Amino acid sequence: MADLEAFRAETRAWLEANCPPSMRTPMASEEDWVWGGRTFKFANADSKLWLERMGAKGWTAPTWPKDYGGGGLSKAEEAVLQSELKRIQARQALFSFGLWMLGPVLLEYANEEQKKEHLPKIVRGEIRWCQGYSEPGAGSDLAGLQTKCEDKGDHWLINGQKVWTSYADQADWCFCLVRTDTSVKHEGISFVLIDMTSKGVETRPIKLISGSSPFCETFFTDVKVPKENMVGRLNGGWEIAKRLLQYERTNISGFGSGARLDVVDIAKNNVGLEDGVLADRDLRARIAAHKMTERAYALTTQRAQEEAKAGGNVSHMASMFKVAGATLNQERCELMVEAAGNRAFGWAGKNYTPEELGVTRGWLRSKGNSIEGGTTEVNLNVVAKRVLGLRDTQ
Amino acid sequence: MTFTLNEEQRLLKDAARDFCREQAPVTRFRKMRDEKKNGRDPELWREMAQMGWAGIVVPEEHGGAGLGYVGLGLVLEETGRTLAASPLLSTAMIGASALVLGGSDKQKTEWLPKIAAGEVVTALAVDEGAHHSPEKSKLKAGGAKLSGQKTYVADGHIADLLIVSGADGVYLVKADATGVTHAELVTVDSRGAADIAFENAEAEPLNGGTKLIEAILDRARIGLAAEMLGQAQEAFEITGEYLKTRKQFGQVIGGFQALQHRAAKMFTDLELTRSCVYAALDALDRGAEDIATWASLAKARASDTLHLVSNEFVQMHGGIGMTDAHDAGFYLKRARVAEGLYGGAGYHRDRFARLHDY
Repeated sequence: MADLEAFRAETRAWLEANCPPSMRTPMASEEDWVWGGRTFKFANADSKLWLERMGAKGWTAPTWPKDYGGGGLSKAEEAVLQSELKRIQARQALFSFGLWMLGPVLLEYANEEQKKEHLPKIVRGEIRWCQGYSEPGAGSDLAGLQTKCEDKGDHWLINGQKVWTSYADQADWCFCLVRTDTSVKHEGISFVLIDMTSKGVETRPIKLISGSSPFCETFFTDVKVPKENMVGRLNGGWEIAKRLLQYERTNISGFGSGARLDVVDIAKNNVGLEDGVLADRDLRARIAAHKMTERAYALTTQRAQEEAKAGGNVSHMASMFKVAGATLNQERCELMVEAAGNRAFGWAGKNYTPEELGVTRGWLRSKGNSIEGGTTEVNLNVVAKRVLGLRDTQ
Repeated sequence: MTFTLNEEQRLLKDAARDFCREQAPVTRFRKMRDEKKNGRDPELWREMAQMGWAGIVVPEEHGGAGLGYVGLGLVLEETGRTLAASPLLSTAMIGASALVLGGSDKQKTEWLPKIAAGEVVTALAVDEGAHHSPEKSKLKAGGAKLSGQKTYVADGHIADLLIVSGADGVYLVKADATGVTHAELVTVDSRGAADIAFENAEAEPLNGGTKLIEAILDRARIGLAAEMLGQAQEAFEITGEYLKTRKQFGQVIGGFQALQHRAAKMFTDLELTRSCVYAALDALDRGAEDIATWASLAKARASDTLHLVSNEFVQMHGGIGMTDAHDAGFYLKRARVAEGLYGGAGYHRDRFARLHDY
């Protein structure tokens, strides 16, 4: 424990010296998120500096081994680091699919050369990754994917189309599921890493019902990929794909926690109080029920973390959290729209505040929460089969 | 706040599970029901007292174990699993809490050792109408005499000592005192209860006034939520086993997606509620200031979850679930009583909102 306290003191001093003051303020919007990568435009110089310093220290990936650019911290040290970051309200230095999804599976499945090549660049935010999973014909049935990967002796040749590739138009590299054997389903999938600057790669943004989106369609036409870019063994990609989905779902399930605008404030402003309680009693009861679920969700996250620390295996819970988190966020968005009344009917213009427009756009965007990263239905299947042991045949 | 159990709590939980499985399985409840005992199983209560459960939250200087509310909650959860019929909640949770929180030194010395030894059964007389509304009590105390009506006093038909809420505070009334009249209620959950009338009955006030009523009620609500969690968990597990074994259309019905998704949602609901119940028990042991919030959270969530799971218990069992020979009905009947007792989900959502100023 004495070591931890020493570590806390060092960390505090380092953050004091290295975290620019403007990086100790809340982010105004998603515009302030730092995604890194070769073409990224930083909103300001401090956010660039903050990323460089954190990246050099390895603290964007605190528990990854130092050999691969990480911070080499223990779980306990990481907790100290997080609490110190929180203490000064430091902004998250890097938002990255590489950190959240690809890195953890590379650590587990990649060979030494691949780890040495890719992990440090993820840590430092030099390379921005996108996820090539879904296809027009392979959504919930992801393993039905058809993007073809042929062995051409000294390289792989890739042809096909991906969809819902978040930020593909801004990404430097893509981790991609491809079909290397058409005679079998799950056992014919491989996991490859593709440089998005390769000849034959094309991206096209997708506009959503909320007005915009980070999603793209990605086309691969006779794209040549070096042999060394396959992670794991040939036709062994499905296991890696599933593991990565657990990380993704854990990440998306975070939607359930950090609320921004508070539905109670919106209701107080737009519905009003009567005898000290919200005038719309029916809405009030549903808000209270929602707030209870929100609390229950946060408590359950904490309980799962404590159980994980005690050595329990809680990875199978990712699907449960994904479903509950998505449901919770959608419920909150619906309640905010209802509480805002006609103030939530705006689409653009000066007659509505940015917050009001945000409620409307956020509500529309939230409809995707139960689709992206595995639909609620698919995740309920996972809970039923893997957690509860319910199967077609016993 | 923590969800991690200490060694004592783990041992208590394991012992409670073994005891309930071996000494108080549902077959024991069924026998009590068949013999029309209306909740009476004094032998079971004696055995529980021998396990030390009656005195879990009673301080050591008064003959208890001083183990705290998390420990008692874990035991209540296990008794909920097998529907063990006993005044554990009424006595070990409610009666002991009332005296620890509001008793004078003399009252504590008089009653707590007897409670801890299981020699005295207590019951909380709070409701005065068909619905829970403790803040509207019409019960008046003139001097040391109490007059008024109480409805549906859980364990009121077997209690020796009544904890009675009034318009201005909480009173102790001996069940056999002059002016106390019981009407025993034969109840749907086979646990029994009583309507109790007081006419100039001799009463001793506890310290704490109306604040004490809420403090006692919040402990009752959290303890009951723990019992309900156990009931819901057991109902869910029995249902899960049935889904894995019952065959129709040439396959186990657990393979049908319509049932799989409902089972997965029940599981999620149970996990969320479990966190609320454990957090509320922990809040009691921490001496948290916002106990009212924790109690309403735990009781509302437990009520909703048990409502859902008890209904699905019957539905997913199909015809057999409707028969008296199956246990599902016992869980369903107890569920509705427990849901309403000390305030249902609607009552606690209202209270939760009020506590958060909206």
